[in-house]
Amino acid sequence: MVFNFMKARIAKASSTLGDLAVGERGILGEFDMPQSIAEHLMNLGFVPGLEILVARSGPGGNPRVYRVDGTEVALRRDLSRCIGVRPLRGAKAEVR
Amino acid sequence: MPVAEAPSGRPVFKTVAVVGPPNAGKTTLFNRLTGLRQKVGNFPGVTVEHHTGSYRLENGDEVSLIDLPGVYSLNPKSEDEKVTVDVLNGTMPGAEVPDAIILVLDSNNLNRHLILAGRVIALGLPTLVLLNMADELHKQGGQVDVLPLARQLGTPVALVSAVTGEGLMAVANFLVATPQAPEPLELPIFGDPRHCREWAVRIGGQAAYRRGATPEWTRRLDGIFLHRIWGGVIFAVVIVAVFQTIFSLGQPASDLLQGLLDNVAVHLANLLPPGLINSLVVNGVWKGAGSVLVFLPQILLLFLVIGVLEDSGYLARAAVISDKVMAKVGLNGKSFIPLLSAYGCAVPAIMATRTIENKRDRIATILIAPFMTCSARLPVYTMVIAAFIPNHPVLGPLVGTRAVAMLSLYVLGFAMAVATAKALKSSVLRSRDVAFIMELPPYRWPMWKSLALRLMDRANAFLFRAGTVILAVSIVLWALTYLPMHNGQPPAIADSAISKMGHFIEPAIRPLGFNWRIGVGLLSSFAAREVIIATMGTLHGVDPQSRAMDLQQALKSDLTPAGAVALLVFFAFAMQCMSTMAVVRRETNSWKWPILQFLYMTFVAYAAAFVAYRITLLYWT
Repeated sequence: MVFNFMKARIAKASSTLGDLAVGERGILGEFDMPQSIAEHLMNLGFVPGLEILVARSGPGGNPRVYRVDGTEVALRRDLSRCIGVRPLRGAKAEVR
Repeated sequence: MPVAEAPSGRPVFKTVAVVGPPNAGKTTLFNRLTGLRQKVGNFPGVTVEHHTGSYRLENGDEVSLIDLPGVYSLNPKSEDEKVTVDVLNGTMPGAEVPDAIILVLDSNNLNRHLILAGRVIALGLPTLVLLNMADELHKQGGQVDVLPLARQLGTPVALVSAVTGEGLMAVANFLVATPQAPEPLELPIFGDPRHCREWAVRIGGQAAYRRGATPEWTRRLDGIFLHRIWGGVIFAVVIVAVFQTIFSLGQPASDLLQGLLDNVAVHLANLLPPGLINSLVVNGVWKGAGSVLVFLPQILLLFLVIGVLEDSGYLARAAVISDKVMAKVGLNGKSFIPLLSAYGCAVPAIMATRTIENKRDRIATILIAPFMTCSARLPVYTMVIAAFIPNHPVLGPLVGTRAVAMLSLYVLGFAMAVATAKALKSSVLRSRDVAFIMELPPYRWPMWKSLALRLMDRANAFLFRAGTVILAVSIVLWALTYLPMHNGQPPAIADSAISKMGHFIEPAIRPLGFNWRIGVGLLSSFAAREVIIATMGTLHGVDPQSRAMDLQQALKSDLTPAGAVALLVFFAFAMQCMSTMAVVRRETNSWKWPILQFLYMTFVAYAAAFVAYRITLLYWT
């Protein structure tokens, strides 16, 4: 599935949720996607400024499960590349 | 404010709306409050189903409760949310205007859910805020003080557990207390998610809110169920187990029921004086409706198994696991759940597509769902296979030719669904911005009471169908075999109205290897697939030549083996179900989709049956 709004994202150098490895954390930044999808994510706790953890990767590596604000949500890789994130280095969490 | 004393006095509200986000236990609470005093309904013009029920106070007075669709916000973009907003505003035609709201939040997720509370309170209706799942909150080391929260929100607040019943006295108290519009100290600016969230955290903080840790076993289970290798293996095992359960437990139960019904039929035939009435009751009504009733055990089993998977939280994981495969045909993991239920019945499956946000994905899922082998095809398959295919072992003693034949029909339907999805998603229903966003709730034990209520819902729907459509078709068919009367005597079967109808369409179906009897069966099966069995039963039951044979024997006089294969293939693809068409019409809000779907599936069925007939003729005569 190709996101047509995704191409613009790749041009920017800043890192996205898709760049984090399993077990890494980051602070949510800007969303680069249609408003309706962004609103749905925010209702699920994806609020800019909150800490997010890549909790695990599903079978086959896609989708991946993220933990934010006490909830676990699965997203595909392409969507997670549209979510800006400031990586928190050296904060590799223990993931089971 | 919550009061401790027992409620007395009369309810001050007539209709109360139950609102809350998905996965907050709203339905469990609703079931707990209303029990069996509930019914399902549809608001006119919209597709969203809702339950209404009545809650009985201690003095016997009743308050009507409406269980509205789960919502994250009150932004009327999705259809579910629009219904909730319209009902709350009193602008939903046909719905009673609620004069109060019971808002159910998950106490383990207040940072998110309090934002919804802010929005609901801003509507200005008297509101009771229930912080549900208190038992989980406490078990996992969380806490919250309701009094400061009630002060902030300006509404009564209670910490409850719909599962254990803890704290539910607050509902009765609320319903008899003097109605008061909420008087919140401060509400957030709803357009700004960051501000909303800060507000929620702040008022949560004033209530000393501390969220419990995610249950350790949810993480451990996800470590297994979403494991890179084991996740897929377990997924496959679960799916196989679902079908195995239905066949190995459902079949004997159906046989048992069949035996019972047959016994009653014999007694009925002996009780009633011989003649027209006897024939109508035994051959028309009892055998007709009974031939469908026997599938009730299998259908209920399927819904039970799917219900357990859903309530335990596994189906959300199954959606994640299947997403990668679904993406290959242009759909996403959210289509998996409806498609799995379509193996039971396409009607609830099509209703379950509401969770798919993308409209085009949703329509594609609706269009392919009837290709899944539903339980109504099962009796037809079973009967035809048993009549024509000898059982030889193929893979050991357990898997024989009949099982292989049955399995190939399942595969056939599935393959056509995949091909159709792929064609639709790369043409008319192509969509670009598809987001797969799946919330994974913690694993929970399913509540037997909730499951039982849902099963009763399904059983009612099924029995209603058996009692109306199928009964009517059976009686009409019976009548057609008895018309036109000559000197008060029914005609020979060859002269009856039904035989004329059958012979009329015979030229169209002869290329598939079907005779006029099968033609009548096909005509009647467009009401519902399984009706063909009742029809064949009636046709042979009134025919003196084949009356003594059982149905399988009689079928052999109607079909060659090649015709039987063609019939099976026809049933695998054709959309012979009025209920499905009605639900597609309701869910897509137009006749366009059900009519297109019907034409497409009938065409595919006819073409495939023709090919199957010709090929089989070459090898097996």
